[in-house]
Amino acid sequence: MQKVHRMPVQNQFMTSYMETKGGKMMPILSYIQAVTQAMKEEMERDEKVFVLGEDVGVRGGVFRATEGLYEQFGESRVIDTPLAESAIAGVGIGAAMYGMRPVAEMQFADFILPAVNQIISEAAKMRYRSNNDWTCPITIRAPYGGGVHGALYHSQSIEAIFANQPGLKIVMPSSPYDVKGLLKAAIRDEDPVLFLEHKRAYRSIKEEVPDTDYTLPIGKADIKREGSDITIITYGLCVQWAIQAAEKLASEGIDVHILDLRTIYPLDQEAIKQAASKTGKVLLITEDNKEGSIIGEVAAIISEHCLFDLDAPVKRLAGPDVPAMPYAPPLEKEFMINQDKIEAAIRDLAEF
Amino acid sequence: MVLENIKMPQLGESVTEGTISNWLVQPGDHVNKYDPIAEVLTDKVNAEVPSSFTGIIKEIIAEEDETIAVGELMCTIETEQKEEVRSTDQFDNKTIEKDSAQSVELDQTDMKKRYSPAVLRLAQENDIDLSEVKGNGRAGRITRKDIEKVIADKGSGLETAPKPATKPKKPTNTIEAQNGDKEIPVTGIRKAIASNMVRSTTEIPHAWMMIEVDVTNLVKYRNAEKDLFKETEGYNLSYFAFFLNAIAKALKKFPELNSSWAGDKIIQHKDINLSIAVAHGKELFVPVIKNVDEKSIKGIAKEIAQLSQKARNGSLTQEDMKGGTFTVNNTGSFGSVQSMGVINYPQAAIIQVESIVKRPVIIDDMFAARDMVNLCLSLDHRVLDGVISGQFMSHIKEILENISGDTTPIY
Repeated sequence: MQKVHRMPVQNQFMTSYMETKGGKMMPILSYIQAVTQAMKEEMERDEKVFVLGEDVGVRGGVFRATEGLYEQFGESRVIDTPLAESAIAGVGIGAAMYGMRPVAEMQFADFILPAVNQIISEAAKMRYRSNNDWTCPITIRAPYGGGVHGALYHSQSIEAIFANQPGLKIVMPSSPYDVKGLLKAAIRDEDPVLFLEHKRAYRSIKEEVPDTDYTLPIGKADIKREGSDITIITYGLCVQWAIQAAEKLASEGIDVHILDLRTIYPLDQEAIKQAASKTGKVLLITEDNKEGSIIGEVAAIISEHCLFDLDAPVKRLAGPDVPAMPYAPPLEKEFMINQDKIEAAIRDLAEF
Repeated sequence: MVLENIKMPQLGESVTEGTISNWLVQPGDHVNKYDPIAEVLTDKVNAEVPSSFTGIIKEIIAEEDETIAVGELMCTIETEQKEEVRSTDQFDNKTIEKDSAQSVELDQTDMKKRYSPAVLRLAQENDIDLSEVKGNGRAGRITRKDIEKVIADKGSGLETAPKPATKPKKPTNTIEAQNGDKEIPVTGIRKAIASNMVRSTTEIPHAWMMIEVDVTNLVKYRNAEKDLFKETEGYNLSYFAFFLNAIAKALKKFPELNSSWAGDKIIQHKDINLSIAVAHGKELFVPVIKNVDEKSIKGIAKEIAQLSQKARNGSLTQEDMKGGTFTVNNTGSFGSVQSMGVINYPQAAIIQVESIVKRPVIIDDMFAARDMVNLCLSLDHRVLDGVISGQFMSHIKEILENISGDTTPIY
């Protein structure tokens, strides 16, 4: 299946089509359209699947992720909730324990914090503390990340808060194709999955997505680009910046290998070891604050297992250690990862 | 990193060109500004060219002994300081300040000998001498890619060639002439002798053996004949001719000694062509007397005289030196009584004929004054063993001890 990265187009809400090699029409979906399509298909497939969240019903979600679902499935399966994240998570967890398949939406990942107790203390521990008698098949979706002038409370990367809770899975896809396959897998998973969507990617990233039913394995990283000089390991929107930087540097003879983690908890250790050992020069990228981020854990895995293949110190490119994404555009730009920053970091490693 | 050119400087007024007599650096070497990089000969001065930059020599453009005009390119150098200037045009300011500060810090120390775990492991696993690998990383650091390339090249045999080329250079640098010492350039024959000797001693496993021969009869016989011989023939009847004769006879009986090592086989020669060592001045020649077994004492003596004459007036030709199958060295002529010869490559053995010395010897429980000589054999132990060599030497001894007008006529 050929994956194509597209620049944003004007008519973002319409599904467009393009001709493929085989002559078969394959729809081009944006990242958020892939989210909607995955939920729609799962709700059609399994009547136990339902969505709940703030403004997900008539409004179709503030980002339009649930657009059309209320009309198609009705108010009993597309439930508007009060502004109470703890309740959204708690209701979902209870329903899941009763055999339902809830897809709970946090309007912004920044607002998930009131629900932390429900997610970590209840959902993540359910199977373990009941000795396998109970499971909690809930999917919690939340848009994260900056670069949309969202300022302090609409730009955070919150994955590190949840990323040492065995029992909880965290999926952070980088492309529409991965979104559809992974969200469907998350909904079908018997255990709680935190599904984090980059809000900047929602309408800026588009690619061909088959309208067939498919899932992608949770817990498996994906090689987005084969290369032999530098290994980049990252996830989410940063994967897209990395691909663009790699394509540009390929013309200068720097061959970049890109591993997309896709699931950031638990990590795909084998894939990380293989990717790091392949070139011996590793660049880890995250939009999160540098200290205590996921990529620190990735670096630890590499240093534990790959010492004798390393040819350079493991390099981290991340957000600065300041409390939040600033509102001022120049400061927001400084905080965000971009293609230029990645290019400079790759060059530095390549020269080493 | 900025690539800079080093050009031939103006080494004096009206000097327009210079000949590079000696490069003092090689690509990959780190040099500081003002370090000498080459010796240059102009028609006015003999000078050292200093480096205009601090950095790593990238490429040597002008060869040794090449004459180039002032201002022409000599070599290129990768400098370290100017990194910021270049990168600021490309990236946004803030990243650069951080990055360049870091890289300048790194560049100040030579990274050539800072090995990463991957480089050390690969070098160890593949038996690579890291001091011989050129680093293409920052400040000359050897990268994993550099090592992987060496391994790939090694497989195709490319790596083996440059290795010996770089090695012999080192020892010449370690010995330096002190005040008052005389430096003699190694040229021509000296060079040839040196390389032959090195080849012989490094390639051939030498073994040695010495026997003592009572040549009282030979001395008597030769002394009785020598004056008449000189009168009639015009040249000396030397002892050496008798020794060559005896050795040729023994080689006929033991052809194993008359052979050469040829790697996967041993070649046993039919002809008995004896190389004889002839010294002249500071040089040593090894002309050949062919088919010695077919020649009388007189014939051998004649050829010895002719070849010595040629050696003295320097008229020995390549033809005279060719085709030897065994070497006999007349070390006795300068008073030696024992020596260990170096085999004349690719032959299998060499005999040193030492001085004939009158010594008390016990015969039938009585002291007797006898003329004694030592014959020293060096043998290629790949071709020969002790037993056959011992039999060969005993046979020579027997021939020599029984020499008389009957067994060994002069004509």
